[in-house]
Amino acid sequence: MNDNKPALSVEVAGISKNYGPVRVLERVELSIRRGEFLTLLGPSGSGKTTLLTILAGFTSPAAGRVFFGDKDVTFVPPHRRNIGMVFQKYALFPHLSVAGNVEYPLRMRGIDRRERRLKIEAALDLVALAGFGERRIDELSGGQQQRVALARAIVSEPPILLMDEPLSALDKNLRDRMQMELRALHDRLGITTVYVTHDQREALTMSDRIAVMNKGSIAQLGTPQEIYRAPASRFVGEFIGESAFLPLKARDGRLAIGDVLLPAGYVDDGEPRALLVRPEHLVILPTGEPDEPMLRFEGHVHNQVYRGESHLLGVSIPDVGTVMVIGPAGGPVPGTGDTIRLGLRERDICIV
Amino acid sequence: MTRRMARLRHHLSRSWLYGLSAIILIFLVTPAMIVVPMSFSDNSLLAFPPASWSLRWYRAYLASDVWTEATQLSLLIAFLTASLATPLGASAAWGIQRARPRMEPALLLALAAPVMVPIILVAVGTFYVYARIGLVNSITGVVIAHTMLAIPFVVTVVIARLRTFDFEQMNAAAIAGASPLVAFLTIAVPQLRATFITAALLAFLTSLDEVVMALFISGGAYSTLTKVMFTNLRDQIDPIIAVVSTLLVAISILVVSLYQLLQLRPARRGLED
Amino acid sequence: MRPGIFRSRKPHGVMLAIPALSLVALLLFLPLIWLAVISFQDPQGALSLDNYRRVMREPAIVATYLMTFKISVSVTLICILLGYPLAYMIASLPRKWAVPALLAVTLPFWTSTLVRTYAWIILLQRRGVVNTWLIDRGLIDQPLALAYSFTGVVIGMVHIMLPFFVLPLYATLSSIDSSFMRAAASLGAGPFRAFWTVYFPLSLPGVLAGTVLVLVLCLGFYVTPALLGGGRVLVIAMAIERAAAQYASWGVAAALGITLLAATVLSLGLGWFVTRQGRRTRA
Repeated sequence: MNDNKPALSVEVAGISKNYGPVRVLERVELSIRRGEFLTLLGPSGSGKTTLLTILAGFTSPAAGRVFFGDKDVTFVPPHRRNIGMVFQKYALFPHLSVAGNVEYPLRMRGIDRRERRLKIEAALDLVALAGFGERRIDELSGGQQQRVALARAIVSEPPILLMDEPLSALDKNLRDRMQMELRALHDRLGITTVYVTHDQREALTMSDRIAVMNKGSIAQLGTPQEIYRAPASRFVGEFIGESAFLPLKARDGRLAIGDVLLPAGYVDDGEPRALLVRPEHLVILPTGEPDEPMLRFEGHVHNQVYRGESHLLGVSIPDVGTVMVIGPAGGPVPGTGDTIRLGLRERDICIV
Repeated sequence: MTRRMARLRHHLSRSWLYGLSAIILIFLVTPAMIVVPMSFSDNSLLAFPPASWSLRWYRAYLASDVWTEATQLSLLIAFLTASLATPLGASAAWGIQRARPRMEPALLLALAAPVMVPIILVAVGTFYVYARIGLVNSITGVVIAHTMLAIPFVVTVVIARLRTFDFEQMNAAAIAGASPLVAFLTIAVPQLRATFITAALLAFLTSLDEVVMALFISGGAYSTLTKVMFTNLRDQIDPIIAVVSTLLVAISILVVSLYQLLQLRPARRGLED
Repeated sequence: MRPGIFRSRKPHGVMLAIPALSLVALLLFLPLIWLAVISFQDPQGALSLDNYRRVMREPAIVATYLMTFKISVSVTLICILLGYPLAYMIASLPRKWAVPALLAVTLPFWTSTLVRTYAWIILLQRRGVVNTWLIDRGLIDQPLALAYSFTGVVIGMVHIMLPFFVLPLYATLSSIDSSFMRAAASLGAGPFRAFWTVYFPLSLPGVLAGTVLVLVLCLGFYVTPALLGGGRVLVIAMAIERAAAQYASWGVAAALGITLLAATVLSLGLGWFVTRQGRRTRA
């Protein structure tokens, strides 16, 4: 599939959009490469879904342009954009069978019956629903309906695929599995995919790049690793993964946290800064001093959360703030009220 | 006490309610039914129950030009009304359902107005307007007026169904390459067929039974069945009325039964209703 | 889960409603405006209040108003008395029995008013079923003048208006949560007290809606008074018809019509207002 129909790049140039007095998108610029899996990630109201709507053609922007490859599609109606889309609640056609749903885009393109049959079978095969052609939609489970929606979206081998939180209606186990299957499908077909979600874990798992959106703009664009390790702002740091923010003070031109000075090189630039601390970066220090250069803190445990695979301890460090740290695997877990010493390796220092 | 005894006691304590309700229901249903045996009466007196039976009044009906032509005219007008009111009302319902929620009550009120304004006023006013543009005593005039009267019913029926219709399907159809018209024909119509038929039936019946408007604006060679019936009932009661009444009651029963049947079909979520 | 935003509320969807709206506007509002204008004109076309003066002063017309009012109130009251228990019972029936009961109410609703009026003429006439039955039972000596009288008109109109009262009321009653009554019982209220203090107030919006609807329909009703009144019962609708069709006194007909419209709007407005007040005090 898709060998002679190459994927297209998507160019979002200065897109702005208002709903009444509210500015939902503010001059958004985004280049999505051919064959890339890009996720628009953000909380509700961030504008991610509106951007997808504009890419689909259901709304026009107030300003800016959208390009599919070289072609300006900003004002092209949805039925002429030749793309595929998976909707959040699937939007399947209940009066048609599974095969009827999947063949619909092919019918609209005037493809003859024999070729349609072949393509339907291929599409159902790809989504692991071979043989389901004659079933009715209301006989299917949520996960199966989702696959039908997917099959319908890709059957015409579109160069671009849009997905609007397609997994949000599924339960956790199914969702985790489908994430991998969707990614595998993307790799196999090589379609440029724009994926919208508010679930940061989903974004981290599936994407080539993530565009984190907040209040109508892109807060950061980068690979999952970049976004996780080096968040560009407090918002991104907070939105992705678990994080604690410890405010930094200036001392003689250098940044300090509590009494502890950060290594030379971390200078005060006049802006209010915080140290972003992720639970997995904190090391619980045994008594005795190791040699590794670290920032050291001492505080006491004020609560514990059992996570199944680990304990998450809430630690308050006087004059500094509260952090979360992963309890030791195996062995006794520090209890509430216990004093605990934590270390943060220099290479894990992240300032926002 | 056992649940069975409790339930029995509950029903007994309400026996007065059941009795009263039964009487009222009989009161409601019987009158319309008595016209049926009346039509088979042999004599011309209005005696009920009839002393003897025959089909003479049916023969008289079929032999009467006045009555049969009026019947044909009314059926034609009703058919045309249904054909006009259903698309108009259905598209209005579709548009309202997709329009801004703020506008919905105002639009629905405007479209329900024909039912709320006393029909005598509408009839007189329409007669006045028609007289000046030469639409009195014409099929066109009656059809237009009846369409206006039928639209509230069509809108009500269709909009009720549309509330459970997944409009996102239309978006899915568009992405798949269907223009708005094609999407409507291939996706919406198959699922809404039964609703449209119901609405058409109601429009049909509304037109067929309509009296006051027809009294004013139909006449001469183009008198509706209701106008002929009314004139008859007021002046000299012709026993053929019983036959016509039976006909109308039969059509009513047919329409209402179809309507109930369509409502009660197993609700397969979102499928053809 | 948020609703699919692709259910894009397109404002231009309203365009689809325009044909239907224009038809209604043209054929409903235009004639009414025309009537309003005529009512304020004399036969020469000059502005005048003569029509309204006649309508307010002429004893025959005033009597017509009173008669219309009498009939409307009587019919409405009887509908409430008969309709409430009926709606209550249907609402408390299990679905298996409720459906045929509703059908029994819906069927007359969809039967032509002419057919039903004709049926009442047969039933209520001197040698009709009702009189024959009463005489046979020895309850009366002479047949009652039921048809072609005030009584006949009331009976005929009750028959037509009852479904209009029962159906909206049923809709309200069937939405009253039965757990309210059970809660009242568990708090110690006897069945009558529970009904009066819990159920009845909750049913009032439905009662009000049905009452206003029936009242408004009665005020403007034509067919049954015209046919079952025997010339003795004259209502506004008949007066309008007479003025317009028989005497071509358009001015008077229009004035009568506008007063009827005013009464209708007043009733509807009052009903809406009371509903709003009720909602506020309950909130």
